[in-house]
Amino acid sequence: MMGASFMPLAPVAGPRLLRLLSPGGWSFYVAAAAVLFVAFPILHLVVPADSALHLSDYWVTLIGKIMCYAIVALAMDLIWGYTGILSLGHGLFFALGGYAMGMYLMRSIGHEGVYQSDLPDFMVFLDWKKYPWYWSFTDHFWYAALLVVLIPGLLALVFGFFAFRSRIRGVYFSIITQALTYASMLLFFRNDTGFGGNNGFTDFKRILGFPIAAPQTRMALFAITGAALLGFLLFARWIVTSKLGRVLTAIRDAETRVMFSGYNPVYFKLFIWTVSAVICGIAGALYVPQVGIINPSEMSPANSIEIAIWTAVGGRGTLYGPVLGAAAVNLGKSWFTKAFPEYWLFALGLLFILVTLFLPRGLAGLLARRKTP
Amino acid sequence: MSDATILREQWDDPVASGARLLSEGVDTSHKGILYLDGISVSFDGFKALNNLSLVIDAGELRCVIGPNGAGKTTMMDVITGKTQPDTGTAFFGQTIDLTRLSEPEIAGAGIGRKFQKPTVFEQHSVYENLELALKADKRVWPTLRSRLDGVARDRITATLETIKLVPQAGRLAGLLSHGQKQWLEIGMLLMQEPQLLLLDEPVAGMTDDETLRSAELFVSLAGSYTLIVVEHDMDFVERIAHKVTVLHEGSVLAEGSMDDIQRNEQVIEVFLGR
Ligand SMILES: Nc1ncnc2c1ncn2[C@@H]1O[C@H](COP(=O)(O)OP(=O)(O)OP(=O)(O)O)[C@@H](O)[C@H]1O
Ligand SMILES: [Mg+2]
Repeated sequence: MMGASFMPLAPVAGPRLLRLLSPGGWSFYVAAAAVLFVAFPILHLVVPADSALHLSDYWVTLIGKIMCYAIVALAMDLIWGYTGILSLGHGLFFALGGYAMGMYLMRSIGHEGVYQSDLPDFMVFLDWKKYPWYWSFTDHFWYAALLVVLIPGLLALVFGFFAFRSRIRGVYFSIITQALTYASMLLFFRNDTGFGGNNGFTDFKRILGFPIAAPQTRMALFAITGAALLGFLLFARWIVTSKLGRVLTAIRDAETRVMFSGYNPVYFKLFIWTVSAVICGIAGALYVPQVGIINPSEMSPANSIEIAIWTAVGGRGTLYGPVLGAAAVNLGKSWFTKAFPEYWLFALGLLFILVTLFLPRGLAGLLARRKTP
Repeated sequence: MSDATILREQWDDPVASGARLLSEGVDTSHKGILYLDGISVSFDGFKALNNLSLVIDAGELRCVIGPNGAGKTTMMDVITGKTQPDTGTAFFGQTIDLTRLSEPEIAGAGIGRKFQKPTVFEQHSVYENLELALKADKRVWPTLRSRLDGVARDRITATLETIKLVPQAGRLAGLLSHGQKQWLEIGMLLMQEPQLLLLDEPVAGMTDDETLRSAELFVSLAGSYTLIVVEHDMDFVERIAHKVTVLHEGSVLAEGSMDDIQRNEQVIEVFLGR
């Protein structure tokens, strides 16, 4: 049931080596780009607000947010769907990317905080006189952008090296990642960690000098997120259609055979694990300026489990499936949490059980069945 | 001309085998390619291997037989780095200490292994299985950048012909029959171009015809490769064997030609006479 290949087999004897995208895939790609980069900006910025066709702030933020989640699901698919390693700590990498961007956004507030100080309000509140050392240079956007990549990447590299070298696999690995995100959440909850405690960062004013709530800024962030999603989709596709991608799937299906064929699985796992974490970090960095807040609840164990659910619902090992899964579940969530707020977690759990039992290949499996009856 | 001969010719082709010759790190100057000396392995006090010593000459085709639980698979586990021996040494050629290497390093040094239970990449096509096994730089970055060149494609095609899976090249390996999976796994070993092939019950589940062709293939490979074949199928062993080693309770009970073995009183008692 794990990620059966969705591409048709080559009819003649020969390699079933996949193309980057089929012609159909490319047309879909161009269409998606046209919607994201042309239709949405026009509907939001040009069409007047009282028109029925106007795309409201609500939808721009919601779709922007969902695209960030879709990037996370894509990253999850690389490590879980293709390599068979279930991470229950991907929310941590997302949050770390978000915090790195958040540090820059906090410093861009300048003196406009409640206390009109050089320091963010929460530091004034703690009676701190200067920034702790790890806030150095975070007022430079490009330095913060570097942290967005480096912090999740280095953490994943070090953690992954020890975990994979010790041959920690399966449910043990999942539990350790869950513990890692939980421990980090507790750390970030503490006020003296220097990241705003349980309130986290919020009340951002501007990014790169642009007012953060202006429609043009929002639309730009939206478009950058869309470009990131399409770009990562292509990048992930490039990885999984390479020989390395085939080694990853081979590790998932028969790791000992991989070793006896002369590949060291440790480094292949480490590679894709780190790539996946970095992608999550970038998604987090795109998420924070659009949503306007980052706090430790992003590191809660439940958040990471939700990421796995999006991926399973969409269909592991297909890349586009988890993107659909993230979109479908989160659209459902935004409706559900308005209609029956108390019951969302039950509904999510039920959804997961139903999908596992009746739709093991997820939405992607459903689509594939349509195409080839 | 049999497929085996085609394969041999292709392997003996100086251009095709150039890479293999260059990277041959194994020193077989003293004739021997594998030296096991005083190997013991115990699982919870039970001695699966008990002071096992064995020398295999380069180019030899050695059959290893023995009743169930004799330690045949465990011996292969030790040679391929899957199991660390409690005591004893295992050398590949004169210089390579196998007990200090990891599984991928041992595979890279030139030891290929077929498992007792056929192990192929079920979600990959037959062709991709061979592509993955192909001898190449198997580190992360070169693997990511790797493209199949003409030489590699020819090698894969030749191996597909040898293992009689040309029509199945595009099929998922998981959909093959048991015998075909065995053949695919053997094909994967050949793609690795190892010096030493360890074959754990390679003809189990094969039809008579497939078994016959396996025998032909193995005999033809001996000489340019060294093979250790573990088998329960005595007819098969008789057909291919030059020298047979009998394992019993984790050590060597007897060694010699098939005739010697069949006449050996002890062997008849513990094994053949059952
Ligand atoms: N990982 C393990 N843990 C405990 N006992 C083991 C382990 N591996 C092997 N054994 C035991 O060691 C003994 C030797 O096993 P081995 O698989 O090497 O035998 P074999 O000669 O290959 O037998 P067969 O012909 O059935 O394949 C058996 O009694 C087996 O139960
Ligand atoms: Mg065995």
